Amino acid sequence: MTQHQTNIECSETRFIRERFPGAILEIDLFRGDTRILVRREYIVGICQLFRDDPELQYHFFSECLCVDYLDRFPHHRFEVVYNLYSLPYVKQGIKKGTNRRIFLKVPVPEEDLLVPSVTSVYPGASFPEREIFDMFGIHFSGHPDLRRILMPDDWEGHPQRKDYPLGGERVQFTGNKFGPSVSEEPVQHPGTSYHGKTGDAMEESTPLERTPPPKPLSINASPQESEAVNAN
Amino acid sequence: MPIDSQTLLELNSNSSLQEKGVQIDALDDQTMVVNMGPQHPSTHGVLRVVLEMDGEVIIRATPHIGYVHTGIEKTIEYNTYMKAVTLTDRIDYVSALINNAAFTLSVEKLLGIDPPPRGQALRVALMELQRIASHLVWLGTHILDLGAMTVYFYCFQQREYIMDLVEMISGVRMMPSWIVPGGLRGDAPAGWLERAAVFVDQFPRALVDLENLLSANPIYRERTQGVGIISAEDCMALGVSGPALRACGVEHDIRKAVPYSGYENYSFYIPTGEYGDVYDRYRVRVAEMYQSREIVKQCIETMPAGPINCDDRKIVPPPRLELDVSMEAVIHHFKLWTEGFHPPFGESYVPLESPKGEIGFYIVSDGSNRPYRAHMRPPCFMNLQSLAKMCEGRLIADVVSIIGSVDIILGEIDR
Repeated sequence: MTQHQTNIECSETRFIRERFPGAILEIDLFRGDTRILVRREYIVGICQLFRDDPELQYHFFSECLCVDYLDRFPHHRFEVVYNLYSLPYVKQGIKKGTNRRIFLKVPVPEEDLLVPSVTSVYPGASFPEREIFDMFGIHFSGHPDLRRILMPDDWEGHPQRKDYPLGGERVQFTGNKFGPSVSEEPVQHPGTSYHGKTGDAMEESTPLERTPPPKPLSINASPQESEAVNAN
Repeated sequence: MPIDSQTLLELNSNSSLQEKGVQIDALDDQTMVVNMGPQHPSTHGVLRVVLEMDGEVIIRATPHIGYVHTGIEKTIEYNTYMKAVTLTDRIDYVSALINNAAFTLSVEKLLGIDPPPRGQALRVALMELQRIASHLVWLGTHILDLGAMTVYFYCFQQREYIMDLVEMISGVRMMPSWIVPGGLRGDAPAGWLERAAVFVDQFPRALVDLENLLSANPIYRERTQGVGIISAEDCMALGVSGPALRACGVEHDIRKAVPYSGYENYSFYIPTGEYGDVYDRYRVRVAEMYQSREIVKQCIETMPAGPINCDDRKIVPPPRLELDVSMEAVIHHFKLWTEGFHPPFGESYVPLESPKGEIGFYIVSDGSNRPYRAHMRPPCFMNLQSLAKMCEGRLIADVVSIIGSVDIILGEIDR
């Protein structure tokens, strides 16, 4: 029933192969949508090429999002997906845009949560990249204003990760003299997370945050890592 | 309200104006920071905008959001596909049916199914009614921000007729969850089409009344013409879509460019503006209401007969009558409401034209009965990024008019 095609070529892939040989890791065509997995160090260059090339004209930045795959892939845990659209319109009698949509994907390993920001090419990536940083803890180098956007500034952890514990929230009002928060023992929430226990049990066994502290810029992957990704 | 120089230096560190060569003297107490919101009647919810002012002129506007974040995307990951539809209502609560359709079409693309013609036509009619309702809410509140009260009541009177129609078909006014994978939850009851026709007939007259109140009104024109101008190139780079993009003269509508749900069968045109200011956005939205009304009229006139749901019993529950006589129907019903269906392994995204812009759900399926990841492309969230650009160099009184013209729904921005 499913038709995933992985060996297709389209104008986008040809352009990438010409300008950035070795950038494409994987191509997937499913239900008419093309998804190209590219190495993250090339993403800004590819976006620039896609926006400026007169044949492609991907000048509409639709959105970008992140998916946490946990252990599905051997070399990376997260994928950042860029959704670009070649918006067709007429300007001063000249037709622009090809009405094509492309999904560029960038693998991000858990050890090195850093992706170059495309805000220099598409200013509209500012808010979505902040959301990804907020929800998944992926850092974008070169982003002008990388702060949390939806969660409070002092929030710990990144809620949309798959290993973020679900369930009960601690009562935050500690100043109460009366009422159930004083007399009762804290109740463990009955819910379970996608991958096991939640709440207090989770905190005891494994620490909540699996995020290593942010590292300095290391966009250029080491040769061993590149080979490993290539082999994949 | 003078603030200390250290804070100002920090605020200035990321200035876009500095890149343009404009120097802001941090020690000059002409510059001050004004906080607007989160509780402010013109922010349409809980939006906070920090305005840096030089006298009356805005140097920079920074929106702060997240006050009504409820984690809907995360919640969807832990519900079956059927249950997730009800959550999408709550994202953009003034255009719930279009959110349902956005989620549903994406799931249907994963499944590789399409509902029969009557289901498609009913969907289009409901979506276009919802678009009119959403634009009416926008018009009423936007004008209310600018100080005109009468329009608000006229708008909400018309919207109430649409809410009645939605209530008649689904039982609820604002959160119908009526468009589900495979079709709709139920057919239109007897008399619904006639009642919709009555609404469609009287609506243009009411809309003309509204236009007469506003289009030539000197106060309204003073406050909107030439205010909040943004160019088409900026719009596209910032990801701004929908009426805000069309007001810049870009003739683009996803209903025409990438038709879904049979929009290619209906004739309508794409209204565009010229200058990309607040007034043009108003004109575009009003013209869109006329066009939506045309589409609903065509739907009613050409409504095909037949089933509304596709006949795959693994996706759509059997009719109630069948449960009494068929054991298989009972099994299907039980399996569907407890376990749900399993779309194949893959990812899908279907763009739709919502009243605010391009909407769509990026759904990642791992073959289980729950979406592995469901991300919504929020049109208001992307459109809000243009606020800083539109406000720069304008007066503080224009901010109210500009925020109104972007048509933001904070429930959708924060999700």
